[in-house]
Amino acid sequence: MDRDHDELQTLPGSGPMLQAKDFKSDQMVRWCPGCGDFAILSAVQKVMPTLGIPKEKIVFVSGIGCSSRFPYYMNTFGFHSIHGRALTVATGVKCANPDLQVWVVTGDGDGLSIGGNHLLHALRRNVDVKVLLFNNRIYGLTKGQYSPTSELGKKTKSSPMGTIDVPLNPIAVALASEAGFVARAVDTDLAFLGEILTRAAKHKGSAFIEILQNCVVFNDGAWDPVASKDVRDDRMVRVAHGKPLIFGKNKEKGVRLNGLEPEVVTFDPAAPPRDLLMHDEKAPSATLATFLSRMGDPVAQGIFRAVERPTLHELMDGQIEQAKAAAPDLQKLLKGPETWTVAA
Amino acid sequence: MSDTSTQPKKSSAAPIEEIESAVIRFAGDSGDGIQLTGSQFTTATAFAGNDLATFPDYPAEIRAPIGTVAGVSGFQIQFSSHEVLTPGDAPDVLVAMNPAALKANGKDVKPGGVLIVNKDAFTPANLQKAGYEKDPLEDGSLSAWRVIPVELTRLTRGAVEDLGLTPAQSERCKNFFALGVMYWLYDRPLEATSRWIEGKFKKNPVFVEANTKALHAGHVYAESAELFGHHYRVRKAPITPGVYRNITGNEAAALGFVAASSASGLTLWYGSYPITPASDVLHELAKCKSFGVKTFQAEDEIAAIGSSIGASFAGMLAVTGTSGPGVALKTEAIGLAVMTELPLVILNVQRGGPSTGMPTKTEQSDLLQAVYGRNGDCPVPVLAAATPGDCFAMAYEACRLAVKYMTPVMLLTDGYLANGSEPWLVPDAAKLAKFGKPALLPLSEYKPYTRDPQTLARPWATPGAKGYEHRLGGLEKQDVTGTVSYDGENHDRMVRLRAEKVEKMAQDIPPTEVLGARKGKVLLVGWGGTYGSITAAVQNLQKRGAPVSAVHLRHLNPLPPDLGEILKGFDHVLVPELNMGQLIKVLRAKYLVPAAGFNKIKGQSFKVFEIEAAVDALLKGGKN
Ligand code: SF4
Repeated sequence: MDRDHDELQTLPGSGPMLQAKDFKSDQMVRWCPGCGDFAILSAVQKVMPTLGIPKEKIVFVSGIGCSSRFPYYMNTFGFHSIHGRALTVATGVKCANPDLQVWVVTGDGDGLSIGGNHLLHALRRNVDVKVLLFNNRIYGLTKGQYSPTSELGKKTKSSPMGTIDVPLNPIAVALASEAGFVARAVDTDLAFLGEILTRAAKHKGSAFIEILQNCVVFNDGAWDPVASKDVRDDRMVRVAHGKPLIFGKNKEKGVRLNGLEPEVVTFDPAAPPRDLLMHDEKAPSATLATFLSRMGDPVAQGIFRAVERPTLHELMDGQIEQAKAAAPDLQKLLKGPETWTVAA
Repeated sequence: MSDTSTQPKKSSAAPIEEIESAVIRFAGDSGDGIQLTGSQFTTATAFAGNDLATFPDYPAEIRAPIGTVAGVSGFQIQFSSHEVLTPGDAPDVLVAMNPAALKANGKDVKPGGVLIVNKDAFTPANLQKAGYEKDPLEDGSLSAWRVIPVELTRLTRGAVEDLGLTPAQSERCKNFFALGVMYWLYDRPLEATSRWIEGKFKKNPVFVEANTKALHAGHVYAESAELFGHHYRVRKAPITPGVYRNITGNEAAALGFVAASSASGLTLWYGSYPITPASDVLHELAKCKSFGVKTFQAEDEIAAIGSSIGASFAGMLAVTGTSGPGVALKTEAIGLAVMTELPLVILNVQRGGPSTGMPTKTEQSDLLQAVYGRNGDCPVPVLAAATPGDCFAMAYEACRLAVKYMTPVMLLTDGYLANGSEPWLVPDAAKLAKFGKPALLPLSEYKPYTRDPQTLARPWATPGAKGYEHRLGGLEKQDVTGTVSYDGENHDRMVRLRAEKVEKMAQDIPPTEVLGARKGKVLLVGWGGTYGSITAAVQNLQKRGAPVSAVHLRHLNPLPPDLGEILKGFDHVLVPELNMGQLIKVLRAKYLVPAAGFNKIKGQSFKVFEIEAAVDALLKGGKN
């Protein structure tokens, strides 16, 4: 923990209001023109100044992949680590200095394939980091192999006859890993993405956001079947706490339970039926959130779950505080349980 | 206290014989409390003022079948009125709690040595489990030794029979009976063990009484039954005055890290994943929370080092500990620490390899992995501890160098040091040399990769420092600015700079000590946990007038700057290693010396006599 610089630090909110441009680094952004990552970067840079956290207290950590170049473009502290390991580095950063706000930027390959194990454990431990998983369902940086979220049968350079691996559902994985905050948003919907980012930033504990992202070069239209302008209102439903699941261009459709399966009903928007499924992001159990994560038509976006519990660093520091009740005595520690004296 | 029915009439005191040193080994089933018995004997021996060294030998399986050779646990101690450097080559006395223990250990005992065996355990079933076709106590196969059969089980039961214990509970006290016998044989005081029993079984007064009775009964029995004819006294050793404790290498390493944290004012982070034989370091440090130590049991080896790199980036004194297979998994991340030039200590408690190898056995076969085993030109300083107690000093030094030079540092110990123990002069906490994070350059002069001309270290600007925001990563860095660069000229410069920085560390290496003359026929060059065996062998050879000297390396990368000159002073250089020859490759490559190797890969350290024999052969044959 770095205490040397305390006096130099600006308290949240006490300095001049920062702007989005203050969060832009001097490095040229090197994603392919039209890549979904640009929109996400811009959304993040817009949200940052609204959080009231001085930029020296913000750290972006990433692994390897197109999305993992992200930290270089943020004028904060940043760490571009190795493939799949961003969450391990972020865990160390946050536990070392809980004053910092730590963000992790990862992709479907980085976060769910090579780094899948770390995702499970960071979420179950409730490491207080905000994970942005850019899901473009392809390996971009290595030029177009299928990823763990590629749809079954997808033809890529490494699967000329179609993939034979069933894809993972990132939201379901996060929920199964006991994540407290789980959300999904689309790269093109900047305003909504901004809202979700803000909520994630304010959530105490692990926050996991799957961002449906387009890779113009290797998987263009990755999410068009559900997220393109012309279909999204009918193919996606925004879940909101305490609200029924209503969607459609004219808000004329809803989701209700039929046994253990979702069922879409159409109705007069002026008089929605009373038996529509209501969302509850605070439900103590993840059952409803998991149900929503599994819906294919419509696909849910928004905040699936927002439940707080003690974070890893709180619990770690709590034990240390408790242990410190017995004043540390290095000499006593060095002596151990038993000593003897050899006389001169 | 020991007024039991088994107590024979006290006979006249047996004569006492002065000896210089002794080696004894306790062996039995994992459940027989062998390690506990050994550590109690060690404490009593330390209190008696002898110098000593110990080594436990655990079975590989946690609960190997009872009574089988695979399940035998051993504990060896050498103690002396002189300096003790190793736990001893061959035991003078073996205490075998069952036939399997005798089978696994009997052949190690010196010819003419003593075998104390628990006769009650030599049942047909146990003999069969141990793989004996005939009872060795009857068939004359042990004629090379003096066999002393003791009805340990029956006598122990008798000693505690008035306490109302179950037969199983009574029998469990038999290791204290055996300990009592050994205390009489070597004239050790009983008090320390009595006190320990009182503390251990505080909540169960009946066990306090039972174990104390068993201990005293064994002591009285050894004397009265005239088992041995005489007993032995080992005088106090001339030891540097001061306060001592017994310490294992793993304990010492853990304390070294805590001490380094205290001396630097940097809070300690220890990221680790359970692995034999390194886990005890994690256990020790997990108990040090009152010092602010943050231990993190990660989901795997990679997360253990990743979290440590993150903690280092954020300003902590970060250490990750493991054994060879774990280092293999951490390798890519070590490269990241090299590239980002962050302080980090990687502790490798080496074990038998390759692959899973022999987890509970010692070896020195990860030196080349430590020095060279990464992708790219990826220099990492490497240190190695020489004795269990030295693990403290080297852990401390590894931390100091990591911070001073802003680099990952690899510290090698091994299973032999980690589990072995020796008396350790407890350092004065107030006198530990202070070190710390260098002051940060003013913002106007700061760039992430500006370098201190003395050390070539870059600044350690940690998150939270206003104005010092920067991005690090595994991609090649532009010199000075630290931004990403694919420029060939710059890469060439950076690769050389990283190497030069590690080479500069040589300025921190103290002058090499030579055991013996600085010129002569044979120089032994050792490193790591073989220090004791090599030193004892060389001392013996020198007593016999052999023109032999030795150096023991604690710095393996960079090597001590004066080593090249020293090597030139000898006709032959002999490099004893517990591997196929790794240091020898480094020495040959760097100094072009025609060194010879002496290699053992049997999962145990050198015996002193083995090294003596190797040197004798070299001197006689003149072969090189
Ligand atoms: S390859 Fe795809 S994901 Fe990567 S930068 Fe280009 S468009 Fe974006």
